[in-house]
Amino acid sequence: METPLFTYTLRLADNALVLGHRLSEWCGHGPMLEEDLALANMALDLIGQARNLYTHAGAIEGKGRSEDDLSYLRDCPDWRNILLVERPRGDFAFTILRQFLYAAFMHPYFERLAASKDETLAAIAAKAVKEMAYHVRHTGEWVIRLGDGTEESAARLKEALDDLWPFTGEMFEVDGVEQALIDAGIAVDPAVIRPVWNGTIDHVFGEALLTRPRDGWMQTGGRRGEHSEHLGHLLSDLQFLQRTYPGATW
Amino acid sequence: MYAQALNVAEKAHADDPELRARFQARVDAEEKIEPNDWMPEGYRRTLVRQISQHAHSEIVGMLPEGNWITRAPSLKRKAALLAKVQDEGGHGLYLYSAAETLGVSREELVEQLLTGKAKYSSIFNYPTPSWADMGMIGWLVDGAAIMNQIPLCRCSYGPYARAMIRICKEESFHQRQGYEIVMTLAKGSPAQKKMAQDSLNRWWWPALMMFGPSDKDSQHSDQNMAWKIKRFSNDDLRQKFIDATVPQGHFLGLTFPDPDLRFNAATGHWEHGPIDWSEFNRVVRGEGPCNRERLKARQKAHDEGVWVREAALAHAEKRAARKAAAKIAAE
Repeated sequence: METPLFTYTLRLADNALVLGHRLSEWCGHGPMLEEDLALANMALDLIGQARNLYTHAGAIEGKGRSEDDLSYLRDCPDWRNILLVERPRGDFAFTILRQFLYAAFMHPYFERLAASKDETLAAIAAKAVKEMAYHVRHTGEWVIRLGDGTEESAARLKEALDDLWPFTGEMFEVDGVEQALIDAGIAVDPAVIRPVWNGTIDHVFGEALLTRPRDGWMQTGGRRGEHSEHLGHLLSDLQFLQRTYPGATW
Repeated sequence: MYAQALNVAEKAHADDPELRARFQARVDAEEKIEPNDWMPEGYRRTLVRQISQHAHSEIVGMLPEGNWITRAPSLKRKAALLAKVQDEGGHGLYLYSAAETLGVSREELVEQLLTGKAKYSSIFNYPTPSWADMGMIGWLVDGAAIMNQIPLCRCSYGPYARAMIRICKEESFHQRQGYEIVMTLAKGSPAQKKMAQDSLNRWWWPALMMFGPSDKDSQHSDQNMAWKIKRFSNDDLRQKFIDATVPQGHFLGLTFPDPDLRFNAATGHWEHGPIDWSEFNRVVRGEGPCNRERLKARQKAHDEGVWVREAALAHAEKRAARKAAAKIAAE
């Protein structure tokens, strides 16, 4: 039986790793050299966050599972990331907009998690705040450039927004697992993040001449282990060597 | 643009023997030549060719290693590999900037790569079918690159020499990291050891070819030595690499795919069998396993990035126009 703190930490870790993995797919294929480096930077930040979070999750669980056991030896139903992060990388507009939507949420989230009663989570969050501030700034600038750039870039950004918007609702979900941790001062209440996120989104969308879609029906399920078709393919890449050579040291 | 103007002015003096003599005296005195200094046209051309080839090699070199980023076997390896490939991109960036100081734009250089007019290191036309190749590229390919590049830190052209100092520091870190991957495999399970040996078998000869043709067949050497763009001959550097690398491989219990490899106690050097230069020439000509694939991958990234670069430009122009309009309105 997973404890709430284990599940919660795993959710944060899985979000970071899956999104970091998606960003890392760009390496060597970016639209310009500077952006290739920037996407790799953001991927490295997320993978670094994931490593710390997995190590902490393993310690919470107390069964001796390492960061690699947790990331390389779980199948889809045991992954706890939101569906947003597992969407395939798409074009540059999709990647940038997703990163912006996620970072605009995680930056204020980590600011508050830095005051968590769980000291390890607080320390991990304190470091991540600075990283996510850069992600918000960098991707926000690109959202503006693309939205107020050419007709094609604006159309691509709009298309990406239509694709991504239904996946943003899951960031704000709270279930029983999380409510108990919020009450205990360990987890952050995403309801508190909502107005900050709205402010960042509205400001950047305003400059990007992008109309915010209405909040209608939202996709959900990843945090409970109900994933899209895409996660399995991501894991078959990620886990290939560990699965093919069980027990080997790398 | 300014550099083009300089080029025209300079061509008028291209054969001025006095300027040439003064230039050579500065090179002989180990003074650094800087972008605005007079230089012979051939010196400029040679440097543009060499620096841009080096930059292209870094960029194309991201592809064979990038092939394993999503499949690295642990999170630590994944982060290290991603950071390494990112470093290669960074090297490409400094090198393109160094080339730009010679009056050629990055766009022109990239165009030369994509049209096949410019070359890049042939080593990246070999595939990376196994994880061990990530170790082997670090240990052998970066190891060979360092042998070639350390003397370039003293190259007579200042911007190139300074870029190389930074690059060499990072490359030697990559080389140690690569050797450590190979060591882990060589000390691992029989399947992992086999993976390492198979990879060494594939990379050894191409790595030796990285130093270029034998001295007796090399076209550019003498003039480049006089200009202090090059300081050691291809064969000398190759020998240095072999002497350093063979004991490292034996320490791991690996076998080099060269039946003639033997230590000559009299000279203190490892002697190798004949290099198959016909293979080298084939791959340089475009008939390597991945030449077309590598260039197509670069072309694809370039094409898919067109709309992004156009959007960035259009946005910058709109901003500038709005700023100018606001200034006029305020006046």
